[in-house]
Amino acid sequence: MPKVTIDGKEIEVPAGMNLIEAAKLAGASVPHYCYHPKLSIAGNCRICLVEIEKQPKLQIACNTKVAEGMVVRTTGPKVEEGRQSVLEFILVNHPIDCPVCDQAGECKLQQYYMQLDRKPSRMEEEKVQKDKAVKLGPNVMLDMERCILCSRCIRFCQEVAHQDELCFTQRGDHTELTTYPGRELKNPYSVNTVDICPVGALTSVDFRFKQRVWFLKTADTVCPGCSTGCNVRLWHNKGAAYRLTPRENEAVNQVWMCDEGRLTYKPVNAENRLRHPVVKRDGRNGKMRRDLAVAELKRSLEGVSGNAILGIGSAQFTNEANQAFLGFLKDILGVKDFVYHANEVANPSHDVFLISADKNPNRAGVEALGFKPLAEDRRYQVFFALGPLPFSKIQKIAFEKNRKVILLTTHEVPEIEYADFVFPTAAWAEDEGTYTNRQNRVQNIAPAFPPPGESLRVGQWMEEFDKAWRPALKGMTA
Amino acid sequence: MELILTKNFNLPESYTLQVYEKTGGYAALKKALGMKPEQVTEEVKGSGLRGRGGAGFPAGMKWSFVPKNTGKPVYLCVNADEGEPGTFKDRAILEKDPHRMIEGSLIAAYAIGAKTAYVYIRGEFDLPTRRLNAAVQEAYSKGYAGRNILGSGYDCDVFVHRGAGAYICGEETALLNSLEGNRGYPRIKPPFPAIEGLFKCPTVVNNVETLAAVPYIIEHGAAGYKKIGTEKSPGTKLFSVSGPVMHPGVYEVEMGYPMRKFLHEDVGWMRPGKVLKAVIPGGSSMPVLTAQEVEEVNLDYESIASKGSLLGSGGMIVLDEDTCMVWALENLAHFYSHESCGQCSPCREGTGWSYKILKRMVHGESKKEDIELLLDIGQKMAGKTICVLADSLSMPIASYIGKFRGEFEAHVKGNCSQCQKSR
Ligand SMILES: Cc1cc2nc3c(=O)[nH]c(=O)nc-3n(C[C@H](O)[C@H](O)[C@H](O)COP(=O)(O)O)c2cc1C
Ligand code: SF4
Ligand code: SF4
Ligand code: SF4
Ligand code: FES
Repeated sequence: MPKVTIDGKEIEVPAGMNLIEAAKLAGASVPHYCYHPKLSIAGNCRICLVEIEKQPKLQIACNTKVAEGMVVRTTGPKVEEGRQSVLEFILVNHPIDCPVCDQAGECKLQQYYMQLDRKPSRMEEEKVQKDKAVKLGPNVMLDMERCILCSRCIRFCQEVAHQDELCFTQRGDHTELTTYPGRELKNPYSVNTVDICPVGALTSVDFRFKQRVWFLKTADTVCPGCSTGCNVRLWHNKGAAYRLTPRENEAVNQVWMCDEGRLTYKPVNAENRLRHPVVKRDGRNGKMRRDLAVAELKRSLEGVSGNAILGIGSAQFTNEANQAFLGFLKDILGVKDFVYHANEVANPSHDVFLISADKNPNRAGVEALGFKPLAEDRRYQVFFALGPLPFSKIQKIAFEKNRKVILLTTHEVPEIEYADFVFPTAAWAEDEGTYTNRQNRVQNIAPAFPPPGESLRVGQWMEEFDKAWRPALKGMTA
Repeated sequence: MELILTKNFNLPESYTLQVYEKTGGYAALKKALGMKPEQVTEEVKGSGLRGRGGAGFPAGMKWSFVPKNTGKPVYLCVNADEGEPGTFKDRAILEKDPHRMIEGSLIAAYAIGAKTAYVYIRGEFDLPTRRLNAAVQEAYSKGYAGRNILGSGYDCDVFVHRGAGAYICGEETALLNSLEGNRGYPRIKPPFPAIEGLFKCPTVVNNVETLAAVPYIIEHGAAGYKKIGTEKSPGTKLFSVSGPVMHPGVYEVEMGYPMRKFLHEDVGWMRPGKVLKAVIPGGSSMPVLTAQEVEEVNLDYESIASKGSLLGSGGMIVLDEDTCMVWALENLAHFYSHESCGQCSPCREGTGWSYKILKRMVHGESKKEDIELLLDIGQKMAGKTICVLADSLSMPIASYIGKFRGEFEAHVKGNCSQCQKSR
C-alpha cells in the first residue's frame, strides 16, 4: 500500500484510491459535486482542487490516484482560492432561488458557499434563462436553471440503472439536461437521481413542496416493499412520514433503492388508519375501548380448545411481532398449528438488481420461526391472524357458520367487516424489531413516531392479552 | 529553401495521384515498409518533428508511447478538424496535396502498429473532403492502402469521417469521443490516448501538417530534416496569414525565419494606408504580439515563446491600427463561449461571463472595474479545466489587456478612437 502525506499526516492507503477517498482516511474532506463513489469519474465540476507537491497546477482530487510518496494539501491559500473561484463560476448562472427550492438545507451549493466563500456576487450580467419545471418522467422534475451540469444523473442512468434516458444538449453555458428524444426518465430507480443531484435541479414529484427539510426528523430503518430490505432513512414530522431515502449498505442495496419502495411510506399516513379496536356484536361492527375489547375477546374464546385455533402469522410483520404472537397463542391458548400469509402480487415487478418479486419484507423470518405457508383449511373454528388478510380468504372463512376471525391489523379496509375482533396495530414506520431479508440478513427497523389512536405494536397487544389471561390461568392452577 | 509541404502546390492537378507519384510520391512509404516499425519511429524522433496542431509535442516521442503487444488494436487518428480561427493551412494540404498526408499517415500507422487510420475532417470542408476521398480511393486502387500494402504483408485501412461543426472536436480526446459517436466532450487525462484512446485502445492523434512532413523525413532521414530550421525547431512550418496584408494566404517557412522579413518580403506587408498594430502568431488562442515585438521575433517555437506567445497552429492574424482591441477580444470571447463544450465549470461559465462583460464594454456600457474583473476571470479559469479551451481565452484576455490597456480604458470612458472612426 502506497504511503502518502495528506495535510502533513502520513498514511498508508490502498493502491489505486483517488485523493477524495484518501483524504477521508486522513480525516480531511475535499468538496465535490460531480464525483460520486459509485459512478465513473467525470472531473467536470472542478471544485475538488488540491495541491500536490511538485505539480505547478492544482489538480482535481477525484481523478488523481494515490502514488507512493505523494504529498497532498487539501487546504491552504492556493487551494482555497482555487475552489472559491470554481464556486464563483458555478454560481454565475445559478438562479439562487433557495427560498422556493426543495434542496435548500441539504444543498451542496449552499454548504460550500458557506464554507468557502460568503462573498457577494460580482456577476452583474443577465443570467442565462432556462426552463424551470420540466417533467423528465413520472417521478422526477427538473429545474434546468439550477442544474450545475455535473452529469451525475446521466451517469447513474447509464451505469447503475443501465438505461440511456438522460443526456446533455447544447454547448457552453447553454448546455441543458434532457431526456433522449422520445424517451422519459422512468427506469425503476429514477428517483435516485434526485438523491445524488447535489443541488435542487432534480426534485421528486412526490416530495416537492411538501416540507422544508430542516423540519424533518429521521429514523434509520428498512424498506418494507420487498424481500430485499433496502436500508433506508424515513423522514418524518409530527407523526407523518414524508419520504424515504436510501442508506448505505454495501451488502444489500449499496446506496440505492427503487422507486416503488420509495412510496411504501404512503399507507402509514393514510386516512383509513385503524384507531380503535373493532368488535362485532349482534352481527354489527362497533368501536370498543382497548380493555373492554380484550376482555370481550377473552370471553369469546372461553372453552375453545387450542386445537380449534389456527394461528396466522404475517410476512409483513417483524420477527418480534410474529414471535410474540406465536408465544401467546402457543403458551396461553395452546394453539398447535401455525401458518403465515404473505402479500402475493400478480405479475410482480422484479429484476436482477434490487427489486424482488417477493413483496414481503420478512418471509424468510416467519418461515424460520416455523410458520407454514397459508393453505385453505376448514378444520378450525377460530382464525387468529396478523393482518391484513387477503380479502378473498377472510370472506371465505368468515361466511362459514360459527367461525371466528380475530385480526391484528393497521388499516380500516373493507375486509375487517368480516372479522369478529380487530385490534389496531402499529404499522412498519411505528414498529421496532427486525426483518429477515432474502439473503437471510436480519436487519433492524426503528420506529419514527408512535402509532395512531389506540394502536399498539403486536408485542404490546400480546402483553395486554397475556395480562387478561394470566389471572384466570393462575386461578386454574391454584 | 527547399519546400517540403508545399512543393507541389503550384503544379496543375497537384492533388491527383498521378502528379504525386510523378514527383516521387509514395517512395517514402515503400522505404518505410522495408524498415522495422521501431526504426521508423526512431527516425521521426530523431528528426525533432513537433506536432503542428498547436501544442508542438514531439511526434516521434508520441508514437513511442504506444504500448506494444497489449492484444488490442492500435489506431491512428488524423486531426483534420482545423477549427482554430485564423488557421487554414491543413485545408491547403487537403485541397492541394492530400496524398502527402495520406502517405505520412500510412507511415505513421505502420510505425505504431495501427491497421486503421481515421481522418477526422472538419464538416464544413467541402472541397477538401472531396479531394481527400478521391485521393484515398486512388491510394487503395494502387495498393498504397488496404490489404497487403505494396506486397509488404502490412494492412491498413483509411477511413474519412466528417465532423459536424464543433470547434471542440479538434481537441484530440473530444475528437475520439466524436468518432465513437458520443458527444464531443474532451476526456479527462490520464489516461492519455496513447494508452487508452479510440474505443479504449492505444491511439495516436496527429495533425495533418505533422503527418505531411513524415514522408520527407523518411526519405531524407532525421539528419536531412534537421538540416532545415533551427536546432530546437527543425523543419518547415506552414503559416496561414490573414488580415489587411498585401498577400494573405498559406506560406511554408523555414523555422527560425525572421517574422519581420516574412511579413515584409513574403506577405508584402500591409495594404496601402494600413498600419500594423499587432499580430496573433499562432491561431486565435495565442497571446498577441505588438508591432514592436513583430520586429524582434523569429518564426520558431522558442523565439515566439520568448515574447510570451506561442507558435501554435501557425494561424497568423495581422491586425492594423483601425482594429479596436476590445472589439477583437469580444469577438474571440464570443467564439470561445460559443464553442466551450460546457463540461468544466470554469470554462463554461468563465467564457460566457467574459463575453457578456466585453459585449457591454464594446457598447460603451462598462466601468473601470470591469477591466480588472475580466483579468481576474481570465486568470481564474486558466489551468483548471479538462482541456485548454479555457486557457485559449484566458491568454488573449491577459495579453490584449496587458499590451493594449489604453484601448480598454478608452472604451470604459466611451472614447475609443477606432470605434468612433468606424461608426
Ligand atoms: C480546443 C482545442 C481545439 C483543437 N483543435 C485542433 C484542430 O482543429 N486541429 C488540430 O490538429 N489540433 C487541434 N487541437 C490540438 C489537438 O488536441 C492535438 O494536440 C493535436 O491534434 C495533436 O496533433 P500534433 O501532435 O500532430 O500537433 C485542439 C486543441 C484544443 C484544446
Ligand atoms: S440548488 Fe436550490 S438550495 Fe441550492 S443554491 Fe440553488 S436554489 Fe439554493
Ligand atoms: S440535474 Fe443534478 S445531477 Fe443531473 S447534471 Fe444537473 S446538477 Fe448534476
Ligand atoms: S475546458 Fe472548456 S472546452 Fe475544454 S473540456 Fe472543459 S468545458 Fe469543455
Ligand atoms: S469532484 Fe472532482 S471535478 Fe468534480
